[in-house]
Amino acid sequence: MSTAVTATSNPESLIVAGRAFSSRLIIGTGKYRSYGEMRSAHEASGAEMVTVAVRRVPLDRSSESFLDHLNPALQILPNTAGCYTAEDAVRTARLAREALQTDLVKLEVIGDQTTLFPDNEQTLEAAVVLVKEGFVVLPYFTDDLIMAKKLLDAGCAAIMPLAAPIGSGLGVQNPANLRIMREQLPDATIIVDAGVGTASDAAIAMELGADGVLMNTAIAEAKDPAKMATAMKLAIEAGRLAYLAGRMSKRLYASASSPLQGVIK
Amino acid sequence: MRVYINGESRDVQGTPSLAELITQLDLREARIAVELNREVVRRSEWSRVMLRDEDRIEIVHFVGGGSAAAPWWLATKRHKS
Repeated sequence: MSTAVTATSNPESLIVAGRAFSSRLIIGTGKYRSYGEMRSAHEASGAEMVTVAVRRVPLDRSSESFLDHLNPALQILPNTAGCYTAEDAVRTARLAREALQTDLVKLEVIGDQTTLFPDNEQTLEAAVVLVKEGFVVLPYFTDDLIMAKKLLDAGCAAIMPLAAPIGSGLGVQNPANLRIMREQLPDATIIVDAGVGTASDAAIAMELGADGVLMNTAIAEAKDPAKMATAMKLAIEAGRLAYLAGRMSKRLYASASSPLQGVIK
Repeated sequence: MRVYINGESRDVQGTPSLAELITQLDLREARIAVELNREVVRRSEWSRVMLRDEDRIEIVHFVGGGSAAAPWWLATKRHKS
């Protein structure tokens, strides 16, 4: 029940495994102060895909379904957040597929609790298994070209390099790595995942050639999440346009914008 | 007999099917998934799968989340560092 249209309808769509999304922003569903605030932010963001986490059902009380608080038109992207081994991530993905009847999965295997940096080795191991089982795998990984190539070779539908640690709001910490990835992997779908803090961070990721950005905390922890969601939407559009426009090259010295001849003496 | 549901030990009378267990647990949510001894059991199979002593069952649903955050949840190995 996604709002995605056919892949050929709009060249400016974000394409993930042949499915097209008109928004290049994917957002999370965690850390909001209320369901109402989350819904307003989702609406304002224009995002068509949201990510959710898989957890044990509480047995001591009858819990309401979190999914009922989401706009049913949104594509749900289950994630393996909180998994520390390939095996747990694979199990989580299989459970998510069974419950949601979607083959999409944001693969995340965390390597360390302080930084939440990905365990790239375990991520690749899980990706290989999940691709074989028919999943559309979107892996979160360290912004590294060689790892990106390995994940693509394993059959991942898109790659999701981090901009900075999850929830840090530090923005793109290694723009050179993202540029290199874009230049070396011109056909790959690159979605920057994690670390953006404000609109300019998202714009920078897009200016560097990312195909999309996934974020949660930057919107959820803003004082006004709906307003920040609007800002992110505009930043993603602006950054994308700037990338397509092709920026001027940087020079060290000034270059006059007005003709040098004909100045009165 | 005794089974483990989401890591908790539970005494169960008789030999219920997975479907009967889930009915007894009074889970209201539609979108849940079930693992029996680390293998997903499809919803269509729940009524055919009979529980056995010491079975380990995981029942999951979906919660809000973006990335990582909560510590790991399925009952296996602990992260070492």
